[in-house]
Amino acid sequence: MNNQISLTVNGQTYALPPIPGETLSTLLRQRLHLTGTKIGCDEAECGACTVLVDGEPIMSCIYPAERADGKTIVTIEGLAQRVHEEMKLHPLQEAFVEHGAVQCGFCIPGQIITAYALLKRNPNPDSADIRFALKDTLCRCAGYPSIENAILAAAESLRTGEPVKKPHIPDSIHVHKSVGHTHLRPDGIEKVTGKAIYTDDLVFDGMLYAKARRAMIPHGFLKKLDISKAKALPGVVAVLTAEDIPGEHNHGLVIYDWPVMVGIGERVRYVGDAIAIVAAETQEIADQASALIEAEFDLQPVITNPVQARQEGVPQIHEKGNLLKHIKVRKGDMEAGFAEADVILEHTFHTPTADHAFIEPECSIGVPLPNGRMEIYVGSQIPYQDRTQVARAMGWPEERVRIVGQLMGGGFGGKEDVMGQIHVAMLANATQRPVKLLFDRHESLLVHPKRHATQIRVKIGARENGRLVAVDTELYGDTGAYASLGEHVMTRATTHSAGPYDIPHVRADCYAMYTNNPPAGAFRGFGVTQAAFAVESMMDMLAEKLNIEPVDLRRMNALHVGSITNTGQKLRESVGLMECIDKVDAEIRKQNPLPFAPRVDSANPNLVRAWGFAAAYKNTGLGGGAPDKSGAEVELYDDGKFEVRSSSAEMGQGLVSVMRMIVAEEMSVAPEQVRVLVMDTDLTPNGGPTTASRQTYVTGNASRYAAKTLRDAITATLAEKYDVHPEQIRFENGIIYANGHSVTFAEVAKEMKAMGQQPRAVYEYEAPKTQPLGMLTEDGKYGDMHFAFSYGVQATEVEVNKLTGEICVLKVISANDVGMAVNPLGLQGQIEGGVMMGLGNCLTEEFIVENGNVVTDHLARYRVPGIMLTPEITSIIVEHPTAEGPYGAKGVGEICSIPTTPAITNAIYNAVGVRVDSLPVNQEKILWALINTP
Amino acid sequence: MKLWQNFLRPNSVTEALQALNSSPDPACIIAGGTDLMLDLQQGRHSPVHTLVDVTAIPALTRLEVRDGALFVGAAVPISQVAASLLVREHAEALVEACNLIAGPQVRNVATLGGNVAHALPAADGTIALLALDAQAEVAGVSGTRRMPLTSLFLGPGKSAINKSAELIVGFYIPTHKTLKVFAKHPRSETVGAETFRVSSCFKRIMRPQGLALPILNCAVWLEREKDIVKDIHIAVGPGGATPFRATEAENTLRGQPLNEETFNRTLESLLAQAQFRTSARRASADYRKHIAGGLFKDVLDSAWQRAK
Repeated sequence: MNNQISLTVNGQTYALPPIPGETLSTLLRQRLHLTGTKIGCDEAECGACTVLVDGEPIMSCIYPAERADGKTIVTIEGLAQRVHEEMKLHPLQEAFVEHGAVQCGFCIPGQIITAYALLKRNPNPDSADIRFALKDTLCRCAGYPSIENAILAAAESLRTGEPVKKPHIPDSIHVHKSVGHTHLRPDGIEKVTGKAIYTDDLVFDGMLYAKARRAMIPHGFLKKLDISKAKALPGVVAVLTAEDIPGEHNHGLVIYDWPVMVGIGERVRYVGDAIAIVAAETQEIADQASALIEAEFDLQPVITNPVQARQEGVPQIHEKGNLLKHIKVRKGDMEAGFAEADVILEHTFHTPTADHAFIEPECSIGVPLPNGRMEIYVGSQIPYQDRTQVARAMGWPEERVRIVGQLMGGGFGGKEDVMGQIHVAMLANATQRPVKLLFDRHESLLVHPKRHATQIRVKIGARENGRLVAVDTELYGDTGAYASLGEHVMTRATTHSAGPYDIPHVRADCYAMYTNNPPAGAFRGFGVTQAAFAVESMMDMLAEKLNIEPVDLRRMNALHVGSITNTGQKLRESVGLMECIDKVDAEIRKQNPLPFAPRVDSANPNLVRAWGFAAAYKNTGLGGGAPDKSGAEVELYDDGKFEVRSSSAEMGQGLVSVMRMIVAEEMSVAPEQVRVLVMDTDLTPNGGPTTASRQTYVTGNASRYAAKTLRDAITATLAEKYDVHPEQIRFENGIIYANGHSVTFAEVAKEMKAMGQQPRAVYEYEAPKTQPLGMLTEDGKYGDMHFAFSYGVQATEVEVNKLTGEICVLKVISANDVGMAVNPLGLQGQIEGGVMMGLGNCLTEEFIVENGNVVTDHLARYRVPGIMLTPEITSIIVEHPTAEGPYGAKGVGEICSIPTTPAITNAIYNAVGVRVDSLPVNQEKILWALINTP
Repeated sequence: MKLWQNFLRPNSVTEALQALNSSPDPACIIAGGTDLMLDLQQGRHSPVHTLVDVTAIPALTRLEVRDGALFVGAAVPISQVAASLLVREHAEALVEACNLIAGPQVRNVATLGGNVAHALPAADGTIALLALDAQAEVAGVSGTRRMPLTSLFLGPGKSAINKSAELIVGFYIPTHKTLKVFAKHPRSETVGAETFRVSSCFKRIMRPQGLALPILNCAVWLEREKDIVKDIHIAVGPGGATPFRATEAENTLRGQPLNEETFNRTLESLLAQAQFRTSARRASADYRKHIAGGLFKDVLDSAWQRAK
């Protein structure tokens, strides 16, 4: 009826011809280039696409564009006001940055727009109002408490006209000039204004759109493949199959066992295997062409779980069999150990597959250059690994490929494996045009590696006084169709499977098995999440059996300086576990002297509350003998500013803040004087994988030593020029003092260049050497498998509804020994998010695969915890510095998430006597257990 | 393949019905579209030629008291229903249900018409309307008809509305013996020497961060005369293949005092009549049956207290 859509967007009016089938989000992003509005799921679940229509927040991904005719739209780009020459942030935008509510930033436009609508309607909201309004606006970095505080602060500022109040966040106890103080993210403002560019926001001239055709069968041989109809479709530019792979047919992070595409006669190992890829003029045509590809398979029996995979006579998925790795830990003498025990308990636990559900789905763009090189724009946790894998598949030297890393809307381990990178390189090479491959949420859920589902049997032996004498564990890990990092993840699960305890006799056997499920790989916690659930449940079971308080049992056995770990490593320093235990214990007892006893609600006797307790440890760094290196480069520019560069990934966790603070510290300048460039294989040295909580440590150190090297060069230059001893040259507040002269960095830069020196320095840091699991050192002892460990303890207060089995987590106390808090604001975000991810792991998340087919193939079916489930989180920072870490720092990204699950399930037991041994917690099962418990 | 070719925004019911009938097939009504758009995008609904958007039709966006009933237009956004003082006064259960449907952004476009038209046995809005004894006004080319909500449902996902020729205009919720609108809640009116108080309540039980539909929901409307349940309507979802009115339970409690003994008998009738089923990933029939008593008691008690 209408032949045009007239609408006002951020104060500007537009009249646009309608496009059939278009949604408002597409109109905003593609026609008006307002890419601040993000697409996380395209199914009205995540809220990232929220915009205001006539003042009301709506999900623009399911809003027909034609309905916006005559309406007034506000997007994130419309909030900041131009005042004179400068853009003045809206108080909400300012508060989000100040309160550390911004991490990966992908959900932030949706959060801010939703909050903006709330404050228009209700200028003085309380916590409940905020939670009600933001119920369905998901944040996977999960800084919900910071988001709430930011909204409260912005509301106050808007009411009073006063500046936005800053949060009170204590400095590190090891504070320096820059490091140890709260510092705002360098990319914060871009992320709150919608200017931050993520891969899918990029458009290149002549760009094509790609789609991968997935096998959609869990196991079988590809018999026939007919791409003729797809090729014939107008608008299709290329359809490629396995035959077109120029180089190696497989890719992988460690083991090259994952086909770029499955060819005719070859084996399909999971539903997400690609069998063909299409590039077309539009996404719609590419999708349509993909659907026109005809395939026939010779179906094979499906291996659905790791226990079945190890049985005799079952089909073998890979040439070398279904066993990826049998991992063994041996310490002491098990027989003697259990003989010493007064009490022996044994129990088996199960954990499900889980998805990272980063809000930004995978996206890669391949751009062919006239000189024959290929640029790949992608948000990747391991840019140099991407380069290697793309080059090998293309049959090219690595230098021919450049990975240009983009802002990432979350990673959590799920963006380590190659997804579309090779496919776009092939299509861009074949068509000599830029090609974008954006996964929709469905494809993201189907294809990328997950958290391993596990079965973990724990047998634990202790003396009557509570001293642990022997722990024997057996683990099965479902690594799915391909190895990814499966061996490493399950190794970590195995080595950590007896908990953070000093135990004389330990044995662990793990079978990492291939199955026909989606592959499993890295996911925050890296196997330790699963192992901690099992062993920390056992610790509480043991405490009850021995009639010892759970906290005392852990104190008695906790790792301390001087302990020998299960892998034979003597801990020589930086073991803050006991302090974490003591501080969490003191905090819960402040609130309740008998925290682990059930308390019945006086108003509603069906509600019972209790606290639960759990401890954990997690390695920092790769360990196990892998060379753990990171390179960084620091350059001084003519304007006196610095740039620090490393290919390490910024995925929201705050590495860029850490790098700039460290360089600022070493140069005695304000952090704002330091720019950061990451994730570019042409421009940044190799920082290695962003995984294993390692980057603050390794790239932090690389940045630090690169800065020191440059500083030494500057000192030498000035010492020579002013003829003074280098020791007499002082760096202070952005000025260098030498023999009565004060010199600016801009002057030094010019000085050095004039002398033919480049004012820059590269440093490749190599972390202390580690030993592979089970390898004896020269002196006949086991060596250090890891160069540092972080420790974490959590207590949760849980309320159980005895009528329904419903669980509500009310409070979480989380203490983490992080060595040294480099940026306390960034740390806060990691800890809040870690708790929420742990809570999701425990209560809501389950990636369901039935007979190899994915059931949870939309975000609507995979339950990611939202703000309504957020408990009150109290963070306690414990700082036992590690000598080699930068200023004493070690990793935090994973440890803060690991103890949450067992702390909750232990609290459930303490409240109502039901032991949860399989995740996620199922309220129905709790109810049946309650009914059947006398 | 475009999900739709043509998007029409008629201004009247007549225009809408004409558009529906005259457009090349397939043509389809879209209200909030929060379900339909997903069905189209995810391939559960095949692409259509024409979408007839009914959200700009005044008759479908009214919310008013009319002819002794509260009229809620089928295309009024759920959030407006939830925020309406009129609805709060006459149909508190509906406010409570609407505040729990999906999330705020979806509620700003989703409609009760869509909620009902899907004929899901546990849709929160539908269950509340059922307990409130709502009637639906359905328009077709031959005119409009009013039908009790219960007669609208034929089976799970199947309604008596001819989707290619009819549309829901709105819902009438009886305002019960109230000839004038009272400013305060709860409402009361003296008829003869007796005082009647009317109230309603809706609650549900979900999984944490639950999927769209609840494990179980329940709405109760009642008329209280001192300690006697003068009249009562009970709806439970999912309690059968269609949205379930617990008529046996209503008969058991109607005219009775509310006490433990009468409650237990009522619950017994409810459980005997309801047909709970197992949904693969939400809950088993046994679980639903087990928690139904607690939920029903909770809802009934709240409504009863409100009518004090």
